[in-house]
This record gives sequence, C-alpha cells and structure tokens, in this order.
Amino acid sequence: MPMATASSSLHGTAAALHGVGAAASSKPRSAAPVARSVRVAAAARGSGSARARGGMVARAAVAANAVAAAESKSGGHELLLFEALREALIEEMKADPTVCVFGEDVGHYGGSYKVTKGLAEMFGDLRVLDTPIAENSFTGMGVGAAMKGLRPIVEGMNMGFLLLAYNQISNNCGMLHYTSGGQFKIPIVIRGPGGVGRQLGAEHSQRLESYFQSIPGLQMVACSTPYNAKGLMKAAIRSENPVVLFEHVLLYNLKEKIPDEEYICCLEEAEMVRPGEHVTILTYSRMRYHVMQAAKTLVNKGYDPEVIDIRSLKPFDLHTIGNSIKKTHRVLIVEECMRTGGIGASLRSSIIDNFWDYLDAPIMCLSSQDVPTPYAAPLEDATVVQPAQIVAAVEQICQ
Amino acid sequence: MVAWTVLRHLGAGTARRVVALPLTLSRGVSDSAEPLTVETSVPYKAHIVEPPAREVATTPRELVAFFRDMSVMRRFENAADSLYEAKLIRGFCHLYVGQEAVAVGMEAATTRADAIITAYRDHCTYLARGGDIVAAFAELMGRRDGCSGGKGGSMHFFKKDANFYGGHSIVGAQGPLGCGLAFAQRYRKEDAVTFDLYGDGAANQGQLFEALNMAALWKLPAILVCENNHYAMCTAGWRASKSQDYYKRGDYVPGLKVDGMDVLAVKQACKFAKKHALENGPIILEMDTYRYNGHCTLDPGNTYRTSDEIAGIRQERDPIERVRKLILTHDLSTSQELKDMEKEIRKQVDAATAKAKESPMPDASELFTDVYVNDCGLESFGVDRKKVTSVLPLG
Repeated sequence: MPMATASSSLHGTAAALHGVGAAASSKPRSAAPVARSVRVAAAARGSGSARARGGMVARAAVAANAVAAAESKSGGHELLLFEALREALIEEMKADPTVCVFGEDVGHYGGSYKVTKGLAEMFGDLRVLDTPIAENSFTGMGVGAAMKGLRPIVEGMNMGFLLLAYNQISNNCGMLHYTSGGQFKIPIVIRGPGGVGRQLGAEHSQRLESYFQSIPGLQMVACSTPYNAKGLMKAAIRSENPVVLFEHVLLYNLKEKIPDEEYICCLEEAEMVRPGEHVTILTYSRMRYHVMQAAKTLVNKGYDPEVIDIRSLKPFDLHTIGNSIKKTHRVLIVEECMRTGGIGASLRSSIIDNFWDYLDAPIMCLSSQDVPTPYAAPLEDATVVQPAQIVAAVEQICQ
Repeated sequence: MVAWTVLRHLGAGTARRVVALPLTLSRGVSDSAEPLTVETSVPYKAHIVEPPAREVATTPRELVAFFRDMSVMRRFENAADSLYEAKLIRGFCHLYVGQEAVAVGMEAATTRADAIITAYRDHCTYLARGGDIVAAFAELMGRRDGCSGGKGGSMHFFKKDANFYGGHSIVGAQGPLGCGLAFAQRYRKEDAVTFDLYGDGAANQGQLFEALNMAALWKLPAILVCENNHYAMCTAGWRASKSQDYYKRGDYVPGLKVDGMDVLAVKQACKFAKKHALENGPIILEMDTYRYNGHCTLDPGNTYRTSDEIAGIRQERDPIERVRKLILTHDLSTSQELKDMEKEIRKQVDAATAKAKESPMPDASELFTDVYVNDCGLESFGVDRKKVTSVLPLG
C-alpha cells in the first residue's frame, strides 16, 4: 500500500481562515497553500543548522475561525465537536490506508463518546481495532506499528487511563526517534477526553497535559471548538511527530458551523479568540469558555481583554503570545490543570524568560486546586477556575 | 583439501612470502553447501503443539559460518568488557557472552524481511542482523559514527534497513512494540513475522500477557522468544517466578522449550515458529540459555550463583565449543584452522575497536537533532523554546 507522506503537515495552515482564495487544495498532501494573513519569518537561521531543512516558520496570529466558516465558499455545515473529530478521522482514513484506530469500545460500540461511530463498518475491524482493556500494551503496540510504517491513532477512553501507558508514551513514543539516531519515526496520535467533567470522581477527572509536558519528542495540542478539533486532528494524523491531542469531556457537544472545504489547523499555532488591548489572557480547552464568559462581564466593566487559546501546549506558540504581550503588557493564564507543575507554570516561566521587559505587572496564573477532584458538586465547582475569579484577576492585574 | 596439501608442500623448506589469506579461503576449511543432517542432543518440550524434528538440516558452510559468527560475537562482547574496564564505555553494558547461539540460530531461520526486536542485551542481535562492528563499538563509546549517532548507547542499537527494531532498556516494554510490528505485518499482508525477544525476568511483566492476549486475539504473526538465562537481573529465576515453564505461560498460545545453547536447535525452532506464526498466529519459544558474565558489567555475576555453576555450563554447553566439535567430528576443518580463524577474528575485532576509537564525539549541535522529525526550526530546551533562533516578524 502506498505510504502517503505527510511532509507538508507542519506547513499546512488554517487555510480557510480567511475564506476566499485561501482554501486548501483538494490534494492536501501536496505543498499546502498559505493563507493571506500569514507572514513568513524564514530568515536568520544558522547555515549549519540541520533544522533549516523543512523547518517550521513562525506565523502571525490569525483571527477567529468562526469568521472563516462564515466566509466559506459553500456556506459550511453545522456539527458537534465529536462529529468534527469523526469527520477528520473519516477523511484521513479514506485518504491514507495506513491510518488506523486502536482503543477500547471504538469499533463495534462506536466509541464511548461516539467519535468513532460507524467507522468500523466503513473501514473494517482491523483498521478500527477494539482493544482489550490494556492501555500499556495497546499503546505500545501503536508505537511498534508506527515504527513499522503505520499511522495509528490510539484512543484513551479517558485520558487518565493513559497513565497506565506512561512508560510507552514517554520512553518509546517520545524518545525512539532520538535514541535510534533518527532511524525510526513514530507518527502516532494519542488522543482522548480529559479534564474535570460532571462529578466523574477523582480518577476520571485527570489533566494529563501537565504530566506529559516534560516528555521530549512529544507534541501536545488541545482542541476546544469543532473547527479546531477537526483541523488539529487532521494535522496531528499527518504529522511525522508523535502528537497527543487533548479533548475535553464537557466539550464534545459544542455546536459550530465549519467549512465544507478541507482544511487543517497548524499544530504549533495559538488561536486569537478575541483581540484586545488591556490584558492578554492565555487559556486552552474548556477554560476558554469560562474566560469568554468572564470577558462579557469584563467588557461591561470597561475592560478590553485579548483572549488567546494557546492550543499548542508543547511547544508554545511564543510568537503569537509574544506579540500579544508586547501590546498589552499584562498576562493572565487560565488553565484547568493543577497549579503545581501545570502548563501555566511552564508558560509563566517561558514568558518571563522571553518577554520580561514587556511586562508591566506580574504574570497571574489561575489553575485548578491541587486536590483530587471531589465528587460533591459544589466542591467540584470550587476545584476549577470559575468566571468570577477570572474577572477579579483581570481587575487586579489592570489596577 | 588439495590446495592445502599443495601449499603445505610448497612451504616446507623454502623461504616463503607470508601472505595474509582472506578468511574464506583459509586452507581447507570446508565451504561446501552439501546437505548435512545433525541430530540435536536435547529434545524439545512442547506445549499444545507438535514439536519439530530433532534432526536439523544444515551444511558445512553454514556450520563454519555459525562458528565464525558466534566467535565474532564472543570476541566483540569480551572486547566491550575490556573497554568498559578502561572506562571508554560508561553507564550500563549488558553482555551476551554464552547466549550467542540464540542470535545466530534465529538469523539463520529468518530473512531480513522478518522483524526482530529485543531488550537491552542487544549487541549481538545487531551484529546478527548485519550490523557494522565499528559502528557498534562507536555507539558503545558514544561516538558520532555509532549506529545511533552516539545518542542511544549500549541499550539502543537499531538497524532499520535490516528490520531490527532495537534495543530497549525498560524490561518488557518491547513486548507490546513487537506485537505492534506484527500487527503492521498483518495489516499490510506482508509474508513476514516478528521475533519479539524478552527475558525470563520480563516474562513476569503484565504487558507481556497483555501483548500475548492481543496477538492471539488477532492472530498476529508474532513469535515471542523468551531468552531464559535463569536470572532475572541478579535474582535467580526460582525467586522471581512461580512457574519457570515460560513456554507454557501462553496458556492458549502454543510454546516450545528449546536448548538455547545449541545453534542448530535454535535454528530449527525458529523456522518452525515462523511457519506456525504465519499460519496460526503467535507462538512462544523459550530458549534455555545462559550468560557467563553478570547481568551487566557492574555486576560480577558471582554473588547469586556459584563459579562451579558457571564453569560447568561453559564446560558442557558452550555454544561455540559445540559447533567446533561438530566441525571437527565431520572433518570440515582442522583444529588449527579453527584456531587460526579465531585469531583472525580477534585481529579484526581489535582493528574495529581501534577504528571506532578514532571516531569523534558527536557535535554539540547534535544534542537537539532528531528530537522531532518535523521540528520547528528552533533549538529548544523543551516546552519554552528558550533559545529562539528564528526571527519574529516585525509588527
């Protein structure tokens, strides 16, 4: 079977972001078209750098994708987030026979969150593989299959279960490309829902992005809308790097209109949700919605927050983030992972290292409490950041 | 035989120019491809399968090649031991001395289209798959010309073009990887199998059972090879395993226990297993083998077993000595010729060591290469990409 190359994956952009003229070509694996809003900073790379070849270029931030859908040539279609993920899977599995799915209940049952509903009927039992409840070994199997040229998508029914596969994800998935001296690549996608849900209990409410972020060789992205869910899933599948795609249990039923044309989102790019002047609010996944809710209140109070959904948890899109900080000089991070060792902790440190001179106030970071997520509803609500806290934080920063 | 006789007469009493003869033309060593049948001494033990015959088909050429290949491996590992003493190899170095028959016998039963994956005792498997000796030494010493660029080390030898998938240091983690390789082979309908090697210690890893279940469920062409050298790291097998019948652990998966010190028995079993795996799915091969050295070079290897035990096995079951005896018994070579071969091998391995020592350390920039396949053109210290080398666009 021909192995589709995905060399264009990192160069693909959210091509339909400004609609007309920037729609992705119908053969997505050829050189991806560049959206009009993208500026290229390809200069100043050391001549000896091996990375100049096919290196990713930093991009300007691009506006919200809702605009894109509206401008889409054929009007777009409305769907729920889990359907967007499913659409991405179907498109990629049709285009590339090496793409396959492993996971619990993904095949005959159709997936516990219906992301793979109908796929087993379409593609067969081997390509949509019902695994036994053995995360460690089926993740390892995915890595082995990837070494041998397949492009598996490993689903953790809940992200938290992938802790059982931590060794496989860290040592084999993340490191084999390096320790083999570049001989083997692991183009695997590891995905699943995480985050605090509705009273699912401590062990089903985990946020693994903080645990995985130190693993070298891994890329991590978090989707938050149907548009970016589909785009990131497609990009992750095409990437030659191992990518962990974080979905959220409470976001699967979000509805949005997305373009009919094929598109992918850039894995390393952050998303400008709401441009503003007073403060940069960096967030991702479900907290994006808490931030936007707080933003309504803040606007009524006369503030103008700039909201960025960082999307790329590893690496951070320091380009977009930096440009924002240079404009607003104040930063608030709102995240769902725990305070200790979370994404916010790393982001804060990154910003201090790179943009210290532009800050007019200490960076604030709102995270979940460092507790096992309790079952009782009011306690669970108190575990995560709520919009009122975000409003108070902005007021404090902007004093 | 004739050439040898003539040369001997020519040499007698005349000053002659010493010519270094290439190994393959060593005087009188048989190069024949005539079939030869040898009966292996230890019967197979089988679990829910009919074992293969004890008569193994081979040829003089193959036996001589076995002798040579195992001798190269023996010499390589002993040289690595010395290099470790000399502190040119650091960290962990797990030697295969005594276990050579498994690597060599397996290779004789497979093609390069078949995949092999193993744990950290991987030097000889790499060599068996056609790995370069200089690259192997260089890798052990962390040099740029190492087979993993100096970035893997002893436990991470790989050879993609020979379908050798490493080289893994976490006990048992390669088990599921191997099933993934077999899955890909089934997925793409390749007419090939995967030999998934692990030790008696790793046999107690849950992920092995998980992998076995999946391999059986989906009839993957996976051959799980347990190299039972009777010590799980530095703990005797009986202290670690309730059942040491590793070939039976598959339960519903057939298994075969093989004399792992007998290269012909190994070859026969692997051929048998390959056929089985292609037709019926997974099978376990337990190779009853032994390592003379410790678990790794940091372990003297004699605190948990007696010197008598080690010496006894070396005396009775050494894989190289057995093949030497076979060669001599069948008059395929003389004792002196074999000794000359070993001397020549020693020289070759020493030359390889010297060449590897000349290889420089990897360049500092290599720290950041191959972290990602598609990296972002930025050198990085991890998540924050501290050292940004691309220029941010203006405005």
